[in-house]
Amino acid sequence: MPKRFVKGGLRLKLYEYEAKEIFHKYDIPVPTSALAKDLEEAKKAATKVGFPVVVKAQVLVGGRGKAGGVKIANDEKELEEIAEKILGMKIKGERVTAVLIEKKVDIKKELYLSVTVDRSKKAPLIIASALGGVDIEEIAEKYPEKIIKRYIDTEIGFKRYIGLEIANKLNVDLNKKVFSKQLEQLWKIFEDFDAELVEINPLVLQEDGTIVAADAKMIIDDNSMFRHKDFEEKLEKRTAEYSARELAARENGMAYVELDGDIGIIGNGAGLVMATMDVVKLYGGKPANFLDVGGGASAERMKKALEIVSSHPNAKVIFINILGGITKCDDMANGIVAATRELNLSQKIVIRLIGTNEEAGKKILTDNGFHALDSMEEAAKKAVDLAKEGE
Amino acid sequence: MAILVNKETRLLVQGITGHQGRFHTERMLNYGTNIVAGVTPGKGGQELFGIKIFDTVKEAVDVTKATASIIFVPAPYASDAVYEAIECNLNPIVVITEHIPIHDALKFVNLAKSRNISIVGPNTPGVISPSKALVGIMPPHIFKEGGIGIISRSGTLTYEIADALTKKGFGQSTSIGIGGDPITGLSFIDVLEMFKKDKQTKAVVLIGEIGGDAEEKAAEYIKDNFDKPVVAYIAGRTAPPGKRMGHAGAIITGKFGSAKSKIEAFKKAGIQVADYPDQIADIISRLI
Repeated sequence: MPKRFVKGGLRLKLYEYEAKEIFHKYDIPVPTSALAKDLEEAKKAATKVGFPVVVKAQVLVGGRGKAGGVKIANDEKELEEIAEKILGMKIKGERVTAVLIEKKVDIKKELYLSVTVDRSKKAPLIIASALGGVDIEEIAEKYPEKIIKRYIDTEIGFKRYIGLEIANKLNVDLNKKVFSKQLEQLWKIFEDFDAELVEINPLVLQEDGTIVAADAKMIIDDNSMFRHKDFEEKLEKRTAEYSARELAARENGMAYVELDGDIGIIGNGAGLVMATMDVVKLYGGKPANFLDVGGGASAERMKKALEIVSSHPNAKVIFINILGGITKCDDMANGIVAATRELNLSQKIVIRLIGTNEEAGKKILTDNGFHALDSMEEAAKKAVDLAKEGE
Repeated sequence: MAILVNKETRLLVQGITGHQGRFHTERMLNYGTNIVAGVTPGKGGQELFGIKIFDTVKEAVDVTKATASIIFVPAPYASDAVYEAIECNLNPIVVITEHIPIHDALKFVNLAKSRNISIVGPNTPGVISPSKALVGIMPPHIFKEGGIGIISRSGTLTYEIADALTKKGFGQSTSIGIGGDPITGLSFIDVLEMFKKDKQTKAVVLIGEIGGDAEEKAAEYIKDNFDKPVVAYIAGRTAPPGKRMGHAGAIITGKFGSAKSKIEAFKKAGIQVADYPDQIADIISRLI
């Protein structure tokens, strides 16, 4: 298959202000707001919006409220203090480069509303709750009866009666017909943007029975980028939450996840690589990473894989586990030999190599001073022993 | 016997002239799979390895009486290819393509289900009934005819386990990859129901991994409805939460989808869980 994107844990999350722009276009009410990248812009934005305002850090990581990334400013003096502080913050390692200055809304009650995909039921799922504004997973655990779940039949889709049904179950004083229409709009966003999640938490119920989305979260399926060209560019740039090694692997068509052990892992096939990590752990070792070179990898790709894993500061041993199917053992052997020749690898290497062109692959390795093993378990034990030797 | 595919399967290859389609068509032919037609829009009238190519599935089915399909069409066009196969009642439809958008999969998987059509995948290595038919991309020499049914969410890990089983004398009835995506057609339970009715299958190896709750549901099903011996293996005990481990579906979300939860579910249901791949054949030999 053509690999436009390789999924190494990459998800396209939208910033709150981006999701709210979309909400606004779809007639879902959001508070008046403006984006600011520095103090001057923040002051202008607040004047435009009108005090009191909420200053909100625009980050992709969760938990910004607890980290002090959301504060109310009642006047310009407070705004200066707050905006300056938040614009210089790092939240869970992510630097805050912009704040959303938003008109403070009157809250009668905070609700929760989302549309997502339920893997288990293989269906879209609308979740609503009259207990919003807090962590929904916590609510689901403590008060499961307060969570309304409505699965959507994909052959029928969302219809407004579903909105009325949910509004009735919410049992709060809102305009049901308007709510139902707005939920339909939220569903349209879910479909039009290939979203994996569209979430409003809190959805604020105001005194007049109308609602306004005080927060907005969207995750877009990165596999759908071929029909969302404008987001494709965003995905390419939205790399703050990924390490240099994750990105290097991705650029080369491989999936990589960093861990904190001392045995680097390279293999072909996601399931096999996970099993390799598990066997290493079973024999008392600690994997330093997950790296899947993918199906039918070239020698060049194996070389790149070794380059990436060997740059992991804790990796003492690298365990390569190849079971050739479409992937050819001689290609993998050539990649390993090239990497050890051209890169100054400080790690010891343990190789398990069986499958397509196994004999040719083993000969290449033997000729270059390597010994390949047949059993994954045996090789894992050897890797663990070698890692311990160094201690 | 065996399930899903056998000597009677008349296979149609959608996307036959692409790089992957061509490569695997030749391998399947060499294995003895009865491939009766290929489809590539715009290449109708041509031939490949002696197989007739058509522009549409409908034309191919009318002329060749194809019964099943394997799809190698790139992700942006794959869901159209699946609809075409569904409309012509091909069954099973094996979707090899990786990176199909989740919204597309949701729609065609549910449509196929309502029409009693089995979709294998997306993102699957396919199905093999050894000595009968290969409808997939797995290295067929690893597999041998026998009594073990294999159901798995991954590719190479399945080859690893099948290879060990074969070497220890346990051949397979059918080995099926249900797919590494979050939304797939056949689930573990659907396949278990097929193995239950299959006389050739004496025991089942279930290879799961982190993400979702398909393994937990399968454990519950086996406990109450499945009499043949089952051995389970779960990959991803060392996987961190919140990270996709290669497969789009292999992700622990919050407290959901961990290997621990799956292993506990199997143990609670009285199903043996192997600690490492090579142990599976040893457990099988004790059970049958």
